[in-house]
Amino acid sequence: MGRITLDKVRKAFGDVEVIPPLDLQIEDGEFVVFVGPSGCGKSTLLRMIAGLEDLSGGQIRIDGKDATNAPPARRGLAMVFQSYALYPHMSVRRNIAFPLRMAGLDKAEQDRRVAAAAEVLNLTDYLDRRPGQLSGGQRQRVAIGRAIVREPSAFLFDEPLSNLDAALRVGMRLEISELHNRLCTTMIYVTHDQVEAMTMADRIVVLRAGQIEQVGTPLELYRSPRNTFVAGFIGSPKMNLVSGEIASRHGAETIGIRPEHIAVSDSGGEWHGRVGVSEHLGSDTFFHVACEGIPDPVTVRVGGEVGVRHGDEVWLTPDPDQLHRFDKQGLRIT
Amino acid sequence: MATRHSRSAARLMMAPAVILLLGWMLVPLTMTVFFSFKQYLPMRGDSLERGLDWVGFENYARFIGSSSFWPSVQATLMIVGGVLVITVALGILLAILLDQPFWGQGVVRILVIAPFFVMPTVSALVWKNMFMDPVNGMFAHLWRFFGAQPVSWMSDASVQSIIIIVSWQWLPFATLILLTAIQSLDSEQLEAAEMDGAPVLSRFLHIVLPHLGRAITIVILIQTIFLLSIFAEIFVTTGGSFGTRTLTYLIFQRVVDSQNIGLGSAGGVYAIILANIIALFLMRIVGKNLDR
Repeated sequence: MGRITLDKVRKAFGDVEVIPPLDLQIEDGEFVVFVGPSGCGKSTLLRMIAGLEDLSGGQIRIDGKDATNAPPARRGLAMVFQSYALYPHMSVRRNIAFPLRMAGLDKAEQDRRVAAAAEVLNLTDYLDRRPGQLSGGQRQRVAIGRAIVREPSAFLFDEPLSNLDAALRVGMRLEISELHNRLCTTMIYVTHDQVEAMTMADRIVVLRAGQIEQVGTPLELYRSPRNTFVAGFIGSPKMNLVSGEIASRHGAETIGIRPEHIAVSDSGGEWHGRVGVSEHLGSDTFFHVACEGIPDPVTVRVGGEVGVRHGDEVWLTPDPDQLHRFDKQGLRIT
Repeated sequence: MATRHSRSAARLMMAPAVILLLGWMLVPLTMTVFFSFKQYLPMRGDSLERGLDWVGFENYARFIGSSSFWPSVQATLMIVGGVLVITVALGILLAILLDQPFWGQGVVRILVIAPFFVMPTVSALVWKNMFMDPVNGMFAHLWRFFGAQPVSWMSDASVQSIIIIVSWQWLPFATLILLTAIQSLDSEQLEAAEMDGAPVLSRFLHIVLPHLGRAITIVILIQTIFLLSIFAEIFVTTGGSFGTRTLTYLIFQRVVDSQNIGLGSAGGVYAIILANIIALFLMRIVGKNLDR
């Protein structure tokens, strides 16, 4: 079981309030991702749930029981750190067995659980090596192994993939998702990478300056961002946000249109502009168009290979059904 | 140093330093070995100009056969071992304390190093007269305050006294090295251990202590080299009596008090061998620790 309730949780360092009172309910078995720009307090929030950081106010309940002042070991949570935090002087086997040893399990049970975890994570051949002899991805798996042997009620991940290269990151992303599907244990995952959030989460919590901007499934956030911040943060490439005269024509302070929802034509359309940089990815082509009356270049995404070059004149037409409108406060107009 | 030219240039430029250091070491060493095979008693008129008598291994046999040889080896090992245990144990403790954030950290850290700057002669005299004097020393007053009989440190607990004095001098060194090692410990490791359910003592035993392993071996290695040759502390306190005659002190007595340079030189060669045996052991331990 792993239902975690944050009730008016607050954190201040001296006079600086990092996290103003915040409520959040995480259901059992859910994969929740905290996402936000660096310094938004997402790691602090995770460390507060873990018990590594004291609360300045509010209450944390795990499975209905008050855990606000419980020491980290008593909360039944396991954490995977950004630096993996493996114990360098211990073999992989001893690293994974460490929490079991601390719990006082007998040797046979320790060996059985370590072997099972190693099997799941493809670490069986590396059990007698030291962390220093492993690659980044293997270290990451050892850190996860150390977390799963405890059979915790929830896993906490603190930017676990940020030290890996791009290819490994994609692989580990799949492995963690698969692990979640197999274990069905609550997972809370912190990242600044919205792609990780979109691909892995059941529910995403977007944070800014310690405040929750929006909570929802990845597609909810994609389809109906609550404000301009979420609109700009979720989705890759970023949503085009246009304000001024063009926006007021649509009855809004700011309008947002995703790059994939713009039609391109070389004969006629709503906005006229000149192509700047174009990025050819093979499957997609992104180009940045400097449009008349819009200060920032508009990013457009077109499937496949497109024969548009630097300096070409194009007309862009945003799909009216996919247009997001925001008011003066940056909030969504429905 | 990629090209052959720059390599030979580098050798040429390093040569003076290497030759100087080699000479600095080799000349006294050869002279010691040379004297150790000679009968050289200056008070009886022996001198280099008149030529010294070759006596073979007689000096070596006499030095080792003397009744003070084995006790001196024992005293040396006791003092070196005692100081090592105290400085490493207290050093770890102090390093952990100094690593905690507290007000005035910078000043305290500098103050901790202070004993290291006091000359051995001075600190030994201060300890002897201010703390350990059986009539007027601080300890005597303390003992009397609690109604106990003051200890005459220099005669009744002579080896312990030397160990205390030398430990006080070397504690800052150990603390400093261990403090820097503790500061390099990744705090996430400690947090991970905390999450894994390790209480404070287990965290210390399983995470902090292994992390300090390397620093501890270095402290032991460097201190042993210097502790084998402590002299001033013994000279100004007990003068080698009451079981504090170390190997170094014995050699000093043979050469200066008995004016027997040949015998002292033989002792010197023994000391070199002893130091090398210890160094060999330590190097192997350090090597093993540094490999990881």
